[in-house]
Amino acid sequence: MKARVHVMLKSGVLDPQGEAVRHALGSLGFDGVEGVRQGKVIELDLAESDATRAEAQVREMCEKLLANTVIESYTIELT
Amino acid sequence: MRAAVIVFPGSNCDRDLRVAFERAGAQVSMVWHKDTELPAGVDMVAIPGGFSFGDYLRCGAIAANSPICRSVVAHAERGGHVLGICNGFQVLTETGLLPGALMRNAGLKFICHNSELRVETTDSPYTAGYAKGQVIDIPVAHHDGNYTAAPEVVERLQGEDRVAFTYCDNPNGSVADIAGILSENRRVLGMMPHPERAADAGHGGTDGAALFDSVVGQMALA
Repeated sequence: MKARVHVMLKSGVLDPQGEAVRHALGSLGFDGVEGVRQGKVIELDLAESDATRAEAQVREMCEKLLANTVIESYTIELT
Repeated sequence: MRAAVIVFPGSNCDRDLRVAFERAGAQVSMVWHKDTELPAGVDMVAIPGGFSFGDYLRCGAIAANSPICRSVVAHAERGGHVLGICNGFQVLTETGLLPGALMRNAGLKFICHNSELRVETTDSPYTAGYAKGQVIDIPVAHHDGNYTAAPEVVERLQGEDRVAFTYCDNPNGSVADIAGILSENRRVLGMMPHPERAADAGHGGTDGAALFDSVVGQMALA
């Protein structure tokens, strides 16, 4: 099955890249953008076909490598 | 004193670090990231600056999970000394040996210039050769040096006198101007600035040499 992991900076951690994007949008005339947060999406192709086991595996991957849980949070979508 | 400098694909300060340690009197071996064991009898492990694994995923994240890093963590947990500079500091936070994380510079730009640092503590083998409050001139060269940690972590670092260096003129947005921090046992130091690039008159400055002299000297006595 496939898994999609979204990694975002935790709320409360200032995101300088998101802020730069917000400023750039403002200078393009897109008013009213009150906040921008930038993160990443990681797609995984898994041999595992059981959703519960797949989610447990991906959670471990996130904790060990895919996210730095000091500053980032993650969500897992399985399809 | 025996030091090991770890080399990852993309390390680029490994040889400078070797020269700085040798100049201070250490015997240095270079250790490839795929090795699983440190050379026998190593007192000090040094993780150099650079762009290990192309900074893919996050700076230092893939290096922190490389085979040799398991031995580096075990060395630190046995009470061994570990010095991480620049990318090496990022690797040390990713392994969890030091708290916090290094984020993209607040100004988003790669910065590369000399930077005045204040020595915040002399209570460590690395900083014993300086005076408390001394201002030293050390180059910085990084894109992700914005030290971030939860307020209670910063408070604890300050309360336990574990902030080794602060920036006099914060170039990257680091919380509390932090440029380098020590582990609880004070034997692990991570810092973004490059003392190995200020360790010889040919570099244009020698303010970094005392760090290597101090740690090599202290360990020779031990």
